[in-house]
Amino acid sequence: MRKLALSDEILMSVEKPARYIGGEVNAVMKEKEGVDIRFAMCFPDVYEIGMSHLGIQILYDMFNQREDIWCERVYSPWTDMDRVLREQKIPLFALESQDPVKDFDFLGITIQYEMCYTNILQVLDLAQIPLKAGERTKEHPFVIGGGPCAYNPEPLADFFDLFYIGEGETQYFHLMDVYKEWKKSGAPREAFLKQAAQVPGIYVPSLYDVEYHEDGTIRSMHPNCPEAPAQVKKQIVMDVTDTFYPKKPVVPYIKATQDRVVLEIQRGCIRGCRFCQAGMLYRPTRERDLSMLKEYAKEMLKNTGYEEISLSSLSSSDYSKLGELVEFLIGECGAKGVNISLPSLRIDAFSLDVMGKVQDVKKSSLTFAPEAGSQRLRNVINKGLTEEVILEGAGQAFEGGWNRVKLYFMLGLPTENEEDMKGIAWLAEKIAERYYDVPKEQRNKKCQIVVSTSFFVPKPFTPFQWAQMCTKEEFLHRAYVVNHEIKEQKNKKSIKYNWHEADVTVLEGILARGDRRIGPAIQRAYEKGCLFDSWSEWFQNERWLEAFAECGTDMDFYTTRERALDEIFPWDFIDIGVSRRFLEKEWKRAHEETVTPNCRQNCSGCGAASFGGGVCYEHQD
Amino acid sequence: MNIRIKFRKYGPMKFISHLDVMRYFQKVIRRAEIDICFSEGFSPHMIMSFASPLGVGLTSDAEYVDIRVNTAPSSAEAVRRMNETMAEGMDVVSFRLLPENSKNAMSIVAAADYEVRFREGQEPENGWQEKWREFLSRPEICMLKETKKGRQEVDIRPWICDWLVMEDGLFLQVSAGSVHNLKPELLMQAFGTWAGMELPASSLLIHRKEIYADQGTEGKQKLISLEGLGVNLG
Repeated sequence: MRKLALSDEILMSVEKPARYIGGEVNAVMKEKEGVDIRFAMCFPDVYEIGMSHLGIQILYDMFNQREDIWCERVYSPWTDMDRVLREQKIPLFALESQDPVKDFDFLGITIQYEMCYTNILQVLDLAQIPLKAGERTKEHPFVIGGGPCAYNPEPLADFFDLFYIGEGETQYFHLMDVYKEWKKSGAPREAFLKQAAQVPGIYVPSLYDVEYHEDGTIRSMHPNCPEAPAQVKKQIVMDVTDTFYPKKPVVPYIKATQDRVVLEIQRGCIRGCRFCQAGMLYRPTRERDLSMLKEYAKEMLKNTGYEEISLSSLSSSDYSKLGELVEFLIGECGAKGVNISLPSLRIDAFSLDVMGKVQDVKKSSLTFAPEAGSQRLRNVINKGLTEEVILEGAGQAFEGGWNRVKLYFMLGLPTENEEDMKGIAWLAEKIAERYYDVPKEQRNKKCQIVVSTSFFVPKPFTPFQWAQMCTKEEFLHRAYVVNHEIKEQKNKKSIKYNWHEADVTVLEGILARGDRRIGPAIQRAYEKGCLFDSWSEWFQNERWLEAFAECGTDMDFYTTRERALDEIFPWDFIDIGVSRRFLEKEWKRAHEETVTPNCRQNCSGCGAASFGGGVCYEHQD
Repeated sequence: MNIRIKFRKYGPMKFISHLDVMRYFQKVIRRAEIDICFSEGFSPHMIMSFASPLGVGLTSDAEYVDIRVNTAPSSAEAVRRMNETMAEGMDVVSFRLLPENSKNAMSIVAAADYEVRFREGQEPENGWQEKWREFLSRPEICMLKETKKGRQEVDIRPWICDWLVMEDGLFLQVSAGSVHNLKPELLMQAFGTWAGMELPASSLLIHRKEIYADQGTEGKQKLISLEGLGVNLG
């Protein structure tokens, strides 16, 4: 039987011991003597969050298909376990073998959001691996980062040996082969890094130097050795059908956030919303084949025993064979009591019909994401959703028995004025009025409209990467304007308003567009006890402010400062296929309030066609 | 058809809570493609009920869950199919058909067998066996017990049906279920308090051996294992 890293006493003393024991259904066990490479794959947040992440499940399955590699999982120990591991100096271990991570060849960390950066340091620290890449020796694993935040890896440059820019299915095996050769050669650590830098998509921060202008902006960034390329090109899977996808994902014992089969139907999004980083990073849009999805849906349900399946994509309604897929799933799942969940659907007659078939109308609510309150501002952000379409969709839904609507908006978008803010309240009011237009006998009691606003954070590789961010005070003022205006509406009792925290947004803004000079502040914040920053109950804004002050970081430089069109950004050395020229054009079109058509309507020449596939080449023989 | 499944829970699985074991079994049923019945209504759920929740940290050779099925394979086939999809530390021992109109497991639990051992290095002082015999020879064993009506002093002696001192611990047969439920860790705590010995729950290794129904009549107990009430399907 497997021996656990922790004693019964420790496991009985913490919340949810199942987070630390591994051994779940479909977890992969191997003989450690029989493999050449041991890879610890980490999601730096608590188990229930990390286990819900599709990307790790894909890579875990992919790595473990190779007989010479054993890939295991690691998550952030929760605060109670964190304390025990520190006090008793127990090194952080991987779930499968329960062996210390420090003895592995690689520690791979997926970086999904900025607010996990202190958790990355926690994982390194508890694993007893030096925080700084430069202090690691041949005794330590190589620490490699990936995921969306790796598209601006610079704030974390001190802590990672390498970053993988792009989708893991493409170059990891290549990188592993390079590693095996290096390991056999007995060459120093630096030699591997230089060889790795020649693998497409691999960025080794220590092989680059950055120079700055007097005003703090970047003068230049260039490789300091011939092995490192000046530009690192994003790597993506062009055939998303004939590729790696787990038929037997690991099934946790405790309830994970995503407690269901996740079927990724496509990558990328045709829409081109100007604030959206995923929409640019994952271009071009690539659809998986319908027959593959049908086969995987069946097998994954059989192999996991989940009672729910969820389709995953940035915009499910844009999947060209959605109708057929949903029909198949209804046939497949209905008799077995399996639920179907369809997030990110555009609300129209088709989706309402489908949702009516697969879920309890009375319990479920409809979600719209207009993102901005006025048509003018929706044109600025290129969100092609009109008021007419929203009211039409809501009207049909109300007549179909729904009475709960969720509306998502952002505050602090470029060019936003008071009319735009108040427009949020007015739109909510119009939806409420539309509800009360439905004859009394056809509707059920009051309607509930929940308006939520988040604060806009400009992200790298979006047309808004040049945008000035609001101050905390300005954010809160805008939320106040919305709140006040909602109170002025006739149906105010049917409208509930929530807004996001402003402190954490400002921090996210600094980390998102930061450069390698903010690494020391991240480390300082961690040393001051910052951890689980994405959990509002653990977020300690004061500690972060102290850390920035002590490290001499000018926070405004990264957030509210106006950036020149020709400024060199810390992430400019990465080539995502979408050209900087296109982003710049979109930034200008935003100010002209001009909408850019989606990829299926008309190609705008963003540059992603250079990958040679996907939506860019649809309907072309 | 009503089916009673007996399973074991050991090793790292002792850290999986009862609620998670329930969720786990729902998935096992789906993976093994057992033709289970669902309740009526808009959000149907599997017809499934567990005999007696096992506390986190305890192991067991005899956990029971009752299910209702439309059709069933042979017992051997069902056990094989379920075990093929189980994780290490839990396995199905039997899959038996219950008589028509039999009561569900939870309602008939009357007693359970346990083995209590001590964690290495945390054994009680020498001579504890003598003290235990003395403890059990008393006509009454009173202790404070949390009940629905608050804390009450109760005599737990009648709930101890049988016991045996083993070389390295104790065998206990105690009342269980909805009428009187005596948890072995509580009994050990009462013993520790009486004997003036430290016996914290964390020092005990408790293993459930069997769960029984009472098939006796007129106050005369006749214990039959829950498994014994069903028959194998050929």
